Parts: sequence; C-alpha cells; structure tokens
Amino acid sequence: MATYDIEIILNRQLADCLSIPVFITDTAGNLIFYNEPAETILGSRFGDTGEMPVEVWGTIFKPLDEKGKPLPPEGLPLVKTLKDQLPHHKVFWIESLKGKPQKISVTSYPIIGRMGKFLGGVAIFWENKDI
Amino acid sequence: MKVSVQGVRGSIPTSGSQTTQFGGNTSCVTLMEDGRMIILDGGSGLQKVTLPDPEVKRVDILLTHFHLDHIQGLGFFSPLFDPDKEIHIWGPSSITHNLHSRLNRFLSPPLFPVLMRDLPCEIVLHDVSNSSFEIGPFTITSQFVIHPGATVGFRIKGKSAVFAYVPDHEPALGPKGLIFDKKWISGFELMEEADLLLHDGQFTTEQYGKKIGWGHSSMEDAIQLAEYVGVKRLLLTHHDPAHSDTKLNEILDALKSKHTGQLDFDLAREGMEIELG
Repeated sequence: MATYDIEIILNRQLADCLSIPVFITDTAGNLIFYNEPAETILGSRFGDTGEMPVEVWGTIFKPLDEKGKPLPPEGLPLVKTLKDQLPHHKVFWIESLKGKPQKISVTSYPIIGRMGKFLGGVAIFWENKDI
Repeated sequence: MKVSVQGVRGSIPTSGSQTTQFGGNTSCVTLMEDGRMIILDGGSGLQKVTLPDPEVKRVDILLTHFHLDHIQGLGFFSPLFDPDKEIHIWGPSSITHNLHSRLNRFLSPPLFPVLMRDLPCEIVLHDVSNSSFEIGPFTITSQFVIHPGATVGFRIKGKSAVFAYVPDHEPALGPKGLIFDKKWISGFELMEEADLLLHDGQFTTEQYGKKIGWGHSSMEDAIQLAEYVGVKRLLLTHHDPAHSDTKLNEILDALKSKHTGQLDFDLAREGMEIELG
C-alpha cells in the first residue's frame, strides 16, 4: 500500500502526543491508527493489532443511548463525518471492557488535505463532563 | 544523468573563508540528460548556473517551496532577462494563493526592483502537488513532505538512474521520531531505492532537539531514513549556516566513525558533479 498523505501522518504524530484517546481512520472507516489512551478503550495494542478493517473494529464498541438501548451506527459522530466530511459531536454511552456502561463525549472531524482532498477521519473520546 | 550541486547551504547564504570547502550558496541543483537540463530550486546557487546551450529556448526550474533560501536566486538568473527564453517554473500548489501570486510577492518591490510581469522572458507556471509529469528525458514525481508551508520533494527518473531531492524535510517530527513503516514515512515513495538522495541534514542530533518543528532533519535521522528507504547513496545538504567547514568536517568524521551500516553517505559540496547510471 502507498504511503499515507502527510496530513494523515501528522495527525498520527499529534495523536501520539495526546493523553486523550484518538482514533484515525481512512475514508472507508478502516482504523489506521489509535494512540495509547485509545488502547485502553479497545482493549488491544496498536503494536499488536496494526490496522483494523471497519467491520472488525466497528463491532468492538457497543454504543448505547441514555436508556441503554443500542444506538444505530449511522448516528455516531465518526460515521457521520465519514459520510458528510463535516465535524460532529455526540454524548452517549459505551459498554466498557468490564461490561459497565460508560458515558463518553466523542468529537470527530474530517481530515481535508492541502489540496482540498478528503483523506480520512479522526475521533476523539473525551472523558464525559456533560459537555 | 549528471547531477551538479550549485548550492548546499540552508536558510541564508554564508560566504567567507570559513565556508569555501562546502560552499555558502543556498539550495540549487542542476540535472543533465541528453543535453537537456532541469534546475531544482532557485537559491543563491542559481546565480552561477549557465545553460548548456545558449541557444536553447526552454528552461525548467522546479521549486520545492517558497522559503527565501530556495527562491532568492531567481531574480539573478540571467535567462529571465532574455526575451528569447521561455522559463517554466514548477512549484507546490496552494488552495489559497496560486503560484503566480506567491512568486509575485518576491519578484516585486519592495523585495525586488523588477515586477514579474516586466521580465522580458516568457514565464510559464505549473502548479504541482502529489503529481507526475515529464520534462524531456526526465520523468518526475512530486509529493508533499513534512516542512512548514506547502513543500514538495522530487523524484526524477532519467534514462538509467533515479535521483531523489528532498532538501527541506522533517520526517522525524513527532514524539517517537521516525516511524519505520513505509506507510508512515513522509516522502517514502520519492526516495525509495533511489540511486542518489540529496536530503536535508541541517542539524546534529543535539541541535535538532532544540529545533523540533523547524522543518529540518538531524544528520543521524537522515542517515537512518536513507538506509530504511534503501537508497544507494546519500548526500546531506541544507547545511546549517553556523557550521563552518571545520565544524562540518568534524561532524562528518564523527558520523563516519559511529556508522556501522553499508550506506554510502557524505556531505554535499558546492561544485560536486556526479554521474548516475
């Protein structure tokens, strides 16, 4: 596979500097990088898994609404960003690795490169403070 | 393909008795194949470039970016003042300002006395990005690389050799430095298995630690990078203006004594001529 555009590479380098979980996908939603804080959410290490196809990593999360009902994928910020190439934000619950619902805030944004080309998406998981 | 190094200094021309061995002119390289020349960057080294055939009409100048040390020689390149010449300038695209407006900022008062539109030659501008194009016998690939502002590197394929030119580049930017995975290395495809790579090596490792994000590489990083991408030969360029000949020789000796790999590397020197292929 070809080398990633530098806008993707620089997003990875930024994510590597942050203490908040960051996920980076290509335009199809395949997970091409997640940082160390994100590893605790996924329960796996990027060094071990490498990139993950959308159908694999998309099933790890079980997003729930405030009543504990499953949320449809099309309502999630990153899915919306990959579809419309716009930023999105949403507060919802995910089932943690220990099986407990955990309230989170997710911000997603598109990576639009120097030439105006859509290159991928980024999702940032904030510890929920009722943003 | 003949590679002629016309300028090796980074940031600012540095003339004087301390820089006579490596040279004080800023970035410029010429390539010759089948009597056809292309010029890479228009730093102060461009001033002394002469055309192989004075009668040739077309001249091609490929700019990696618009920092002054890569364009300051343009206004002193004599073919620009020859009405019989057609000067093709290739430079990185920007969605906010086109090539003309960015070049015009420099080639106009108060920075330069002559307006670009008043130059007697015909100027033809070509925006490049992640592109491929041909000029005579040369097949050229350009790609954006990590450096502040829109900056490309070039891979130039001649009849029997490949030359890669990435004079301003900070591929190790980030908390973990270089990521040794070809998908995650800025400019990998430009440099891969080139016969000769001319690459940024402005700093020592110690200096780089204090100048992270300035857009340049340590020599050690450039050597590791060149080994990883599998080039046959590396020339480090964009020498720090504070590095005298004595200092550069000391640094090179230290690098050579520490290096255990097979890579053929050296510091670029103004006036070097290298036949490839």
